Amino acid sequence: MIQGIIAALGLAALWLLMSGLYKTLILIFGALSVLLTIFIIRRMDKVDNHKLGYDIGVFSTIGYLIWLLKEIAKSNMAVSKIILSSKQPDQQKMFEVPVTQQSEIAQVIFANSITLTPGTVTVESEDDHFIVHAIDFAEGDMEALADMDARVTAIETTGSGDNS
Amino acid sequence: MSILNLVFEIFSWVAILLGSAFMVIGAIGTLRFPDFWSRVHAVSVADSAGMLLLTLGMCIQGGFTLVTVKLIIIGIFLFITGPTATHAVANAALVSGFLPKGADRFRRKIVIADNAAKKAKKKKRSPLKGML
Repeated sequence: MIQGIIAALGLAALWLLMSGLYKTLILIFGALSVLLTIFIIRRMDKVDNHKLGYDIGVFSTIGYLIWLLKEIAKSNMAVSKIILSSKQPDQQKMFEVPVTQQSEIAQVIFANSITLTPGTVTVESEDDHFIVHAIDFAEGDMEALADMDARVTAIETTGSGDNS
Repeated sequence: MSILNLVFEIFSWVAILLGSAFMVIGAIGTLRFPDFWSRVHAVSVADSAGMLLLTLGMCIQGGFTLVTVKLIIIGIFLFITGPTATHAVANAALVSGFLPKGADRFRRKIVIADNAAKKAKKKKRSPLKGML
């Protein structure tokens, strides 16, 4: 219930920021869409019995984001170099990357981080590993991905474990 | 004050021009690369660096206004949905059996996934039955 109220307040704030109009009719539409959204979210929770958890620390996540932006800048340079050079990408490889995160949200963050850094794309997620495709596979890539994996695992708040 | 404005102006234009350059690089890569799997990577250059730098530059141009808040929200949404969309495209290629060279050992899993999908299709009649 409290979660629903917080979500409603957040959605209302988002609506006000987005519209910037304060006429009665518009405000009524906004309130109705917030209520509809909350209703749909609650019903979805009931139907699939699968609540999303947020088992990650706030400050460590911000620290991880800054590190991730640095990585994105680095790998952007690498991929841009391949694009602008005359050679064709012939070092492509598909491989498995072990995953050590417990919660779903951390696994999603790890998968999206892999995809967000140019040069690697998460193709499939399985129980304890991801299938990743790299455009320019080098020997150090596995260590770099293991390092990223460890960093994502570090932002998880321990003790909550897998919530299904 | 005008010096500060000038610095912000230069910074925002550098960001916008760099972002545009990354967008162009991504487009060049998409056209130049030989196959599907390498083109996915070329697009992700435009998706990450191009998008982030352009949003940053436009935020600085907007100043402390509602426009900047909206731009930040757009940036956050694209930061999350961009890689998700890329993953969806790549995953669709894998599931349909469109594999890169030397990755045939991943094909076995697709057959299993295919059978599961067929089974689900047979059983499925009315997905909303019992939920309403």
